[in-house]
Amino acid sequence: MQDFGAAFAEAFRLIVSGDAALMEIVLLSLRVTFTAVFFACLIGLPLGAALAVGRFPGRGAITVFVNALMGLPPVVVGLVVYMMLSAAGPLGVLQLLYTPTAMVIAQTILVTPIVAALTRQVVADLNAEYDEYLRSLYLPRGRMMATLLWDARHSLLTAALAGLGRAFAEVGAVMIVGGNINHVTRVMTTAIALETSRGELALALGLGIILVVMSVTINAALMSVRHTAERHVHA
Amino acid sequence: MRDLPVDGDVSGNAAGPRRRDGETLPVVLDQVGYAARDAALIGDLSLTLEGADVTVLMGPNGAGKSLTLRLIAGLLKPTSGTIRWAGRETPLRHSVGLVFQRPVMLRRTVRANLDHALAAYGVPRGARAERIAHLLSLAQLEDRGERPARVLSAGEQQRLSMVRALAADPDLLLLDEPTASLDPQSTAIIEGLVHRAADAGVKTVLVTHQRGQARRMAGEVAFIHRGRLTEVTPARRFFDRPQSDAARAYMAGELLV
Amino acid sequence: MKPIKALAFAAGLLAFAGSAAAEDTFIIVQSTTSTQNSGLYDALLPGFTDKTGIEVRVVAVGTGQAIKNARNCDGDVLLVHAKPAEEKFVADGYGVSRADVMYNDFVIVGPADDPAGIAGASDVGAALGAIGEVQAPFASRGDDSGTHKKELSLWAAAAVDPASASGTWYRETGSGMGATLNTAVGMGAYTITDRATWIAFGNKGDFEIHVEGDAALFNQYGVIAVNPEKCPNVRAEKAQSFIDWLLSQEGQQEIADYTRDGQQLFFPNADPAKVN
Repeated sequence: MQDFGAAFAEAFRLIVSGDAALMEIVLLSLRVTFTAVFFACLIGLPLGAALAVGRFPGRGAITVFVNALMGLPPVVVGLVVYMMLSAAGPLGVLQLLYTPTAMVIAQTILVTPIVAALTRQVVADLNAEYDEYLRSLYLPRGRMMATLLWDARHSLLTAALAGLGRAFAEVGAVMIVGGNINHVTRVMTTAIALETSRGELALALGLGIILVVMSVTINAALMSVRHTAERHVHA
Repeated sequence: MRDLPVDGDVSGNAAGPRRRDGETLPVVLDQVGYAARDAALIGDLSLTLEGADVTVLMGPNGAGKSLTLRLIAGLLKPTSGTIRWAGRETPLRHSVGLVFQRPVMLRRTVRANLDHALAAYGVPRGARAERIAHLLSLAQLEDRGERPARVLSAGEQQRLSMVRALAADPDLLLLDEPTASLDPQSTAIIEGLVHRAADAGVKTVLVTHQRGQARRMAGEVAFIHRGRLTEVTPARRFFDRPQSDAARAYMAGELLV
Repeated sequence: MKPIKALAFAAGLLAFAGSAAAEDTFIIVQSTTSTQNSGLYDALLPGFTDKTGIEVRVVAVGTGQAIKNARNCDGDVLLVHAKPAEEKFVADGYGVSRADVMYNDFVIVGPADDPAGIAGASDVGAALGAIGEVQAPFASRGDDSGTHKKELSLWAAAAVDPASASGTWYRETGSGMGATLNTAVGMGAYTITDRATWIAFGNKGDFEIHVEGDAALFNQYGVIAVNPEKCPNVRAEKAQSFIDWLLSQEGQQEIADYTRDGQQLFFPNADPAKVN
C-alpha cells in the first residue's frame, strides 16, 4: 500500500516548487469552476426566487424536478452535453467540444439545480417574514424577488458555495466534455484521475490534498466575507 | 385634495403633488365574512371608515382584529360580503400604510429601508434623500440612518416602520398594536405621529389593548368579539358606557376570549 | 449592478472561458489510454508542434470509445490498437485510410505467488487455460477497448468462456487500463496489459510479468485520418501532416527513442513504401 506520508510530501513538493504544470491546472480549475458557478447563479438565483414567491402553474412540479436534479450524476450531465456539442450533435457547429467552454457549460448545468433549490428554500424562509410588507408596497413580482434576493444575500452565499464545492470536486462531466487534454482542458480532478490510472498514487493523492486545501481556503475566505458583512447588517 | 398643514403633508411631501389620483376613502365593509378551513373567523362584519379621525379596534385576543385589518388593507380577500374602497374593488396603490405588531425590517440600513419604500412608491431617486431626512426627523432617528435596521431597539424599529408607512402619504393608516411592549418614549413618538397624520387628513385604524392609548387616540371605537362587530360607538360614549354586553364585560376585565 | 453591466460582464467571462477555442491551430487526436499513460505523447508531440506550429490535443479513452467519438466526427485523427475495428471504421467510410505506426506487445501480469502457476509460460493459451482451471482471479477491462478485444480473442483461442464466470473469479472492471491495473493489484488478480502501460505504471505492488513473447500477444497500433467527406468539420490538412510526420523517418525515430527505465516502449513499424 502507498504511503500517505509520500502523498503529503508530494503535495508539499508541488506547492513549494511552484510547479508550472500544476499552476496551469489549478488556474484552469478555478477559471472553469468560478465561471460555471457565476452562470449557475445568474440562472439559479432568479429561478429559485421565482419558485419561492411566484404563482404559476407547474410551480410544485418544477420545484420537485429541480430538487431531484441536485443529485444528477456528473457523468450523465457530461454525456448529455457531449451529445449536444459533438460534431454529430445539434450544437456541433459551435465547435465547443474539448474546450474549457464545454466544461463550463456542463458544470453550469450541474450546479444550477443546487443554487436554485437552495435559493428557493432561503428566499421562501425570508418571504415568510417579508411577504405582507412587500405586498403592502405593491411591488411587482420581479422587484419583490430582487428585494428578497438582496436581503438574503448572505445566506445565498452558502448556496453558491455548495455549487462551487460540487463543481470543484466533480470529474465525470469535465472528463467527458473536456477530454482531459494536456494544457487545454486538464483540471485538478481529471489530472487526479489520470495520475491514478498511471498508478502514480502518491502524486494523485498529493493533487487531491492540494484540491482539498484550495477548497477549504475558498470556503473560509468567502465565509469570513459573509461573517464580516453580516456583522454589519445584523450585528 | 385635503387641506394640508403649513409645513406640508405628513410625509414631508411639501412641494410635490400627490402621486395618486382619487381617494381611497370611504372604505365600506358590507357583511364581510372570512373563513379558513371551514372555520368562520370573521362573520357579517359591516363597517364604514371615513373622515380623518382614529377608529380604535378593540376586542379580546383572537377576536379577529388583525384579520379585519388585513381585510381592510386588501391583503386578504373576504370569503363572503364585499369591501369597497371609494367604490373600487381594490384599494388604490400605495393609499394604505400598514404597521405590524412585529415590525418587518429589511436587512438593510435604516436609510435603505426608507429608500426601498420610496422607490416602491415611485419617488424619483433625486427626490428621495430629502424625503428620507424628513422622515428620519419625524421618527427622531436622525442619528440612526446608517445603522442596520435590525440592530435598532424595538421602539426605534417601530418608529421606523411608522414613518416608512407614512412615506407613501397614504389616505388610510392601519396600525396593528404598534406600541405593544414599547417604552413610553417610543409610544409617545408614535402616538404623536398618528395625531400628526390625523391633522393632515389621514384616516387611522388602530388595534390596541392599551386602554389609556385607546382613550387618548380614539375618535370612535369598534368592538369586535368572536369575529363579529358588537358595536361602533363614538369614543366618549364608549368609554362612558359601552353599548354591547361583550364590550362592557371586556372593559370590566371580565371578558378574556 | 445594472443589467447591462452584468450582461457585458457575463459575455466577457464567456469569452474568457472560451478563449482556447478561438483559432484552429490544433488537431484533436482520439487515442488510447495506453499511449497517453505511458507518457509517449508528452515526449513525441512537442517536436511536431515546434516544427509545424500545429498543436496536438489528445483525448485518451478506450479504443472502442475513441472510435465512437471519431464516428461522431469529434476528432481529426484516430490512433488506436484494434486492427479489425480500425479496418471496419475505414470500410464504413469514416476513415480515409489506415496505416501501421508502431507495435509493442501485451503481457499477462499477476501476483508474485502466481496461484495458477503460469510464470514463464510462453503459450498464452495454455496460461489462460490454467487460470480458468484453478479459477484464479482475473481482472478484465470489460470496456470494449483494444486491450479488451484482444483479451476476448485470447480466451476464445484458449477455449475458455470467462463470461460465464463473470462476477466470480472473472472480474470485469469496466474501466481504463490504469484503473483495471489498480484493481488487479488490489485484489491479487491476473490481468492483461500492454507492455508500455505496464512499464510506466507506478503502482505495481508485488506484481510481475508472468507471460510474454507469444506471437498472439502482438499489439499493433494504427493511425487513420477521419474522412472529411463524412465529417466536413475535420481539419483534414493538418491531420494529414501529423500522420505524415508520424510515419516519416523522423517521427518513427522519435517513437523508437522513447524509453522508460531504459526500456523501449513502442517499436515503429510504418511501411516505408507508404511514406513519402
